[in-house]
Amino acid sequence: MSGRTEGGVPQQTSQNPVLAMTPDRILTITNLSVSVRGEEGSREVVSNLSLTLSRGETLCIAGESGSGKSMTALAIMQLLPQPAARISAGTVHLGETELTALDERRMRRIRGDRIAMIFQEPMTSLNPVLSIGRQLTESIEAHTSLSPSQARQRAIEALKAVRISEAESRLRQFPHELSGGMRQRVMIAMALALEPDVLIADEPTTALDVTVQGEVLELLRDLQQKHGTSVILITHDMGVVAEMADRVIIMRHGRMVEEGKTSDIFARPQADYTRELLAAVPRIGSGAGRQQSKEIAEAAMPANVAEVNDLHVRFDLRGGILGRVTRRVHAVEGVSFSIAPNETLALVGESGCGKSTTAKALAGLVPYSGDIVVGGRNLSGLGRDERKAVRRDVQMIFQDPFASLDPRMRVGDLVAEPLVIHGIASKEERRERAAALFDRVGLSSDQMELYPHEFSGGQRQRVCIARALALRPKLIIADESVSALDVSVQARVLDLLKELQREFGVAYLFISHDMAVVENISDRVAVMYLGQIVEMGTRDQVFSNPRHPYTKRLIEAVPVPDPAQRRSRFARLDQEIPSATRRIGEAPLKLALSDVGNGHLVATEG
Amino acid sequence: MTSPIAPDLTAGRMPAKPRAGIWRRLAKRRLALLGLVIVAVVVAGAILAPWLTGYDPNEQMFDGLTIEGSPLPPSAKFWLGTDLLGRDLLTRILYGARTSLIIGIVANGVALFIGTLVGVTAGYFRGWMGSALMRFTDLMMAFPALLLAICLAAVFQPSLWIVAMVIALVNWVQTARVIYTETSSLAEREFIDAERTIGASAPRILFRHILPHLLPTIIVWGTLGISTTVLLEATLSFLGIGVQPPTASWGNIIFENQTYFQAAPWLVFFPGAAILALALAFNLIGDALRDILDPTQRGRA
Repeated sequence: MSGRTEGGVPQQTSQNPVLAMTPDRILTITNLSVSVRGEEGSREVVSNLSLTLSRGETLCIAGESGSGKSMTALAIMQLLPQPAARISAGTVHLGETELTALDERRMRRIRGDRIAMIFQEPMTSLNPVLSIGRQLTESIEAHTSLSPSQARQRAIEALKAVRISEAESRLRQFPHELSGGMRQRVMIAMALALEPDVLIADEPTTALDVTVQGEVLELLRDLQQKHGTSVILITHDMGVVAEMADRVIIMRHGRMVEEGKTSDIFARPQADYTRELLAAVPRIGSGAGRQQSKEIAEAAMPANVAEVNDLHVRFDLRGGILGRVTRRVHAVEGVSFSIAPNETLALVGESGCGKSTTAKALAGLVPYSGDIVVGGRNLSGLGRDERKAVRRDVQMIFQDPFASLDPRMRVGDLVAEPLVIHGIASKEERRERAAALFDRVGLSSDQMELYPHEFSGGQRQRVCIARALALRPKLIIADESVSALDVSVQARVLDLLKELQREFGVAYLFISHDMAVVENISDRVAVMYLGQIVEMGTRDQVFSNPRHPYTKRLIEAVPVPDPAQRRSRFARLDQEIPSATRRIGEAPLKLALSDVGNGHLVATEG
Repeated sequence: MTSPIAPDLTAGRMPAKPRAGIWRRLAKRRLALLGLVIVAVVVAGAILAPWLTGYDPNEQMFDGLTIEGSPLPPSAKFWLGTDLLGRDLLTRILYGARTSLIIGIVANGVALFIGTLVGVTAGYFRGWMGSALMRFTDLMMAFPALLLAICLAAVFQPSLWIVAMVIALVNWVQTARVIYTETSSLAEREFIDAERTIGASAPRILFRHILPHLLPTIIVWGTLGISTTVLLEATLSFLGIGVQPPTASWGNIIFENQTYFQAAPWLVFFPGAAILALALAFNLIGDALRDILDPTQRGRA
């Protein structure tokens, strides 16, 4: 239906009949191919893609990493990474203008003015040494003939439009003074200040917390309705697709797999790949694949593998001429929990809530105060060698499998390394054990000679899991271990983790910001906010009967991958989450947890 | 799920043996081979000097000068000409190679070792020890290197080995600074945290995990250091505190003759070319080594 001209009449090359027929179409891509030149010749990353975008429409391009969705966006903007990538075939029409034929000077006038783009990382897409005001007025002045004071006025209006309070004084602030959500709103303000025809948002909320994500998505939707902007939203998150899209294009390996209205795609997916993709999306309320949440009494029977009591982690900030400690980051404030064998305790919360710091304290990576008891022995009372021996029982899997493996070591050596360090087994046995672990996590032992960069993300995370299992630990800390993976890979890694738990009886401390994943894997859940646990209980208690307002907001903010359940309003944050940094002597108020029945603990206000 | 960065693993490729002859893999690269040949020639020249030439390096020959007393240009008798005192230049360059190799390899090697050790220790442990080490490095950097060398050389009796040590003590600071910066950013990387969680000790992390990543930097500084140290030795010789005349070194040949550069350019050109060739040779070898030792470069151009 899109741009494919029937019949192939040769005279029609100069005038595209599709464009002439539908003045409503703002952007038309016809048979677009993008190729990247590599060592082994050039490779197509986008193949023969055709799509149209109507005025005021939201089109989602969804797909997993390597599907070519970002390349498509960059091709539209003519911002493909030079000189490796180039458009090898096809056309991109913005209204009547053929973008691929424009030179850089004319294209520059279109960028920002008629097509604007928002990138994933609000931390890096603003220039850290220029004030917000400078960056906003710069693009306004570049594209209009407004005077500096008029441009300033326009910038203030743009900031107000994205619901930034005290817009005038914000103009003088620098990017580092704003939170991630605020920065992304500034980016949206910049993009929409010139009222472009098309807005391309490349994973605009992926780097944001769920509650902030909801807010930004809602903002995008409102602004779009007000200005009639057409939006191309690129995302891997089917929940976001369901919330936002009018129409969806599913991409895989650079090709369009399926295209259709959002409701059709979700209700009646035609392609196998779309079905797989939708099936892999974790959903709240399904609890897929998990046995009934275990009863507290049953779980508490054997001795706990780890107990954390009144854990505090504080980082000193020095200031003043004398370099004295003036402020402290209260990253973790009096956290207590215990984990039984064969149990998965999930620690959830948004960035900066202290969940990762708790994990690091448990893994011995940051100094702490309080008690950490592993296998009945309190770590703070032990000498170095004893602590090393006890720590064998606690292993960790990190978030980013690309960063947590030494790139200069063979994966086989990496998996065997824990055994070497703790002096277990002979060289031959170590190899055999490593090979067995490789088989166990779904890799082949032939791959032991390879280096980490020769694996994909999911495979690397399997290597990390094998490495964590090598010492037969009693507890594995999984710090956002599936967050960086594509959904289909994520689902398989989660299944592997569950299998390994059944087989080895290992307990997990599963740290995540993703409520849907947590619901899928956990037995018990602890919700953290500003360094403290605000609610803790079994999965069913927390998910079906959330008591603390923060827990409720977290659950509500998760986009549901079902367009029929689209919410008119997202849970909106009343204010920014306060900072965990405090002056000396201003210790935060300690929350008391009270039992509301069957061990379901909730923080009481006041 | 293959990302565009990670290659497809379904093609069952044979894993290459890692250390299957670093020499052989070096020799396969044409430029590295050239470097190896140059180094071999220089080393052979230095060792075999007495057999390669019929002259004594310090003999001032009567027929080595014109009637007016000016040096002779290259000829059939004196292949590279003679110097101001009528000594055969080729012979002096061959014997000088001994001095320059010792300076360029030993002094430079020691400097590299100290610099790496200080940089890695300061960068990994930080704290008061890191601060103390780095402030000391900054102090050494701010102190004029030549002045320091003169002081040290004045305290000890000048000899080749003392000169080598003096040069090492002056030259480690830049390496330390660079290695420090790299180590402290490496120590922040997640895989180092991952190593700590499996119980790896500090020496293990430093030598097995951090040092291999520093190799490219160390190699680059090592090759750059060769020409720097050879020239520093020449400067010291010129000031009378380096290798004592009449012992030849490439540096002091240049310095003895530089004022006559316009009248007798060969006197500066040949020893200069020798320094350049040696530095270039090590550079070529270093470059190739860096690529060969880096597993992440495997299979890439």
